[in-house]
Amino acid sequence: MSMSRRVLIKAVATGGALLGLGALLPRLAMAAWAREAFESNEQGAALNALYGGETPEISAQVILDAPDIAENGAVVPVSVSTDMAHVESISIFIESNPAPLAAQFVIPEGTAADVSTRVRMGKTTNVTAVVKADGKLYSATKEVKVTIGGCGG
Amino acid sequence: MSIMRVKAKARGATTEVKMMAKHIMETGQRKDKSGNIIPAQFLAELEVRHAGKVVFAANLGPAVSKNPYFSFSFAGGASGDTLEVSWKENTGTSGTETAEIR
Repeated sequence: MSMSRRVLIKAVATGGALLGLGALLPRLAMAAWAREAFESNEQGAALNALYGGETPEISAQVILDAPDIAENGAVVPVSVSTDMAHVESISIFIESNPAPLAAQFVIPEGTAADVSTRVRMGKTTNVTAVVKADGKLYSATKEVKVTIGGCGG
Repeated sequence: MSIMRVKAKARGATTEVKMMAKHIMETGQRKDKSGNIIPAQFLAELEVRHAGKVVFAANLGPAVSKNPYFSFSFAGGASGDTLEVSWKENTGTSGTETAEIR
């Protein structure tokens, strides 16, 4: 054992610091369920909680496909796609819902930036898709009129 | 108990996946007949892997419709390959299921 006690301590301290740094790096590849964002009752706050304060830029490259009128708010088909490169995630917000953030999709490399799902809408409101590409946020918004709300019992 | 129904089809260099989870997606906003709130129970996390690599992941809130449906496609995958679908509820209940690419 040639390593002196001092060197060993230093090595352990550096390793510990590196571990600490790792823990501080925000949501790498696999984003965990963002509780604060999903539980926020206001769209701006939900956006902030998910993306840390950056405001998305409205972009025609974000294609948000949702019906003009949804007869049944319990099942509203929503598709989001973009031809942007390096897409990291796509999220869907429904402004007047009790919790606006409906879903966040992680798009790994090799997966097309084109996802579809079905969401609940309590009433007529704006649906916003936010795409994170190359570290920047882009959005598209569309109003969907709801005839019968989908959040009641 | 399996809850995922997965239709994955290899088409040229990509695999198209359509999947539906059999799940109530209880929002936590509804009340039962005696006026008590029915506790939230929804799928919160989904992850699809092909050959060990994550090809799709989703974090969901209760605003996703009952029996959630998703479609996506990824580069790679061949007929006969296995997809591994993992899910986790807000309650902590989780599961992993497999589906074959056709």
